[in-house]
Amino acid sequence: MKELRYDAVVIGGGAAGMAAALEIDKAGFSCAIVEREDHLGGILMQCIHNGFGLHEFKEELTGPEFAERFAEQVAKSNIAVYLGTTVTDINAQNGPYEKELICASPDHGILKIISKSIVLAMGCRERNRGNVRIPGARPAGVYTAGLAQRLVNIEGYIPGKEVVIIGSGDIGLIMARRMSWVGCHVKAVVEIMPYPSGLTRNIVQCLHDFNIPLYLSCQTTNIFGNDRVEGIEVTPMENGALVPEKAFRIDCDTVLLSVGLVPENELSKDAGVELHPTTNGPIVDASLMTNVEGIFACGNVLHVHDLVDWVAEEARFAGKQAAAWLRGERPLHQVRVKAGSNVRYANPGKLDPSRENKVYLRSMIVKNDAVLELRLDNRVIKTIKKGHIQPSEMITLSVGPKDLEGYTTDSALELALL
Amino acid sequence: MRRELTCIVCPIGCSLTVTEKEQGEFEVTGNRCPRGAAYAVEEITAPKRVVTATCRLGPAGACSESESKDPIYQRMRRHGLCDPRRLPVKTSGPCPKEYIDELLNTIYHTQVTPPVQRGAVIIKNWKNLGLDVVAARALD
Repeated sequence: MKELRYDAVVIGGGAAGMAAALEIDKAGFSCAIVEREDHLGGILMQCIHNGFGLHEFKEELTGPEFAERFAEQVAKSNIAVYLGTTVTDINAQNGPYEKELICASPDHGILKIISKSIVLAMGCRERNRGNVRIPGARPAGVYTAGLAQRLVNIEGYIPGKEVVIIGSGDIGLIMARRMSWVGCHVKAVVEIMPYPSGLTRNIVQCLHDFNIPLYLSCQTTNIFGNDRVEGIEVTPMENGALVPEKAFRIDCDTVLLSVGLVPENELSKDAGVELHPTTNGPIVDASLMTNVEGIFACGNVLHVHDLVDWVAEEARFAGKQAAAWLRGERPLHQVRVKAGSNVRYANPGKLDPSRENKVYLRSMIVKNDAVLELRLDNRVIKTIKKGHIQPSEMITLSVGPKDLEGYTTDSALELALL
Repeated sequence: MRRELTCIVCPIGCSLTVTEKEQGEFEVTGNRCPRGAAYAVEEITAPKRVVTATCRLGPAGACSESESKDPIYQRMRRHGLCDPRRLPVKTSGPCPKEYIDELLNTIYHTQVTPPVQRGAVIIKNWKNLGLDVVAARALD
């Protein structure tokens, strides 16, 4: 078995992986990206719509353009890139500087990489029909939205003609427009929650532009069809309960599912990384390091983001922190972060009171004129006006030494949306 | 006349209110930046969208001769599991909404043979609207 050594290995060559690796390389450490696809860029390569990069590059780019800009920087760097290579196992038992990755690829066979640190950047995957338990027959024609996106945008197949989209996540909305633009009839988007789970701008430009109805508070209670999908049954919900007498049928030959994303953490678990029950991503400290010393996490494998720009930002930070860890730097003190009322989660779970910290959080509620309240040990230290908030849009804030003045080693910062 | 819009210029998605004061004079409120104001006026007078789509890739394909004879490669190709078979493209600026269907049709009937540079012009100044269709990725 071929054996290689690096200071850091980044697993995953999407936006997060490339951004993290570039920082590690910039800091002068040897670094490798291991990517299972045959190209860098990850899911961005099939996201051919525009709207990426407004924060990162101050212009509106398509997914492939965003990815290639990063890939070009990687090509100019000293980063070693292993494409078509799958990490099958991580062993972090041999001490903090001797992490072992077993990888497989058609070009290199089985590879063993020994690395001091690891950055997890594997992204997330789609929930499927089994995960959300949609009852009914099991005919052909039920796809996850991301799979349909790959078929249409990369491989050049159109998976159906009359389409219903279940769930109003962003990929589903983007696919409503894509399917309309390739000549399909998108008959409806059916959402179980009383509010859409995608970005408002996508509701406007992907549904309103094409007069596609959005059924909110509606559950899909049946899928009909023997060989091929023939239709679905939609049952409205009132006060949280199904109202069967108001159920109706929508005829269609294709169903796309956009019912959420789950961080892909099988490898992390292998390595002994502890996961957060709400985010399904690793629990990380102020430097985005997991409970396993020297293993960091960033991007959608840590928690599902709404914008790739935040992914890149977070990943750059993880890369910088991995480099700092390699130099032997450790945070002196950390302050715990608690999700208070109406906050589903806040990431990272700890803050370093000696510097500015970027915190990402998700709301559980839809509200206008919301206020974000920061409490340090039950003392309100700051309130921030947030305007309109909704679960689909990530809230970001910066917390620095000034905010955390007077902290103790047992301090906790509670974030609440009011 | 008053209209409520959601701005689509960036992911913030400001709620905009547009009021027509006199013929051709508009007042926009709710925007966080000047681009929002410009979008609102354009949206109710002459709505436009950036169009993204894909072109067919030409016969040259993206594989060498020896690869193309490899049975595994051929099987993968048949199932669409290898190199991309479509080239993503976008318009160089927003396209008037009423032209979008015709533009898409033109793009779908355009074939591109690699190699292609990112940003290469695939269709120049379409219908003299001042819009180019450009490649959104490089392919060799």
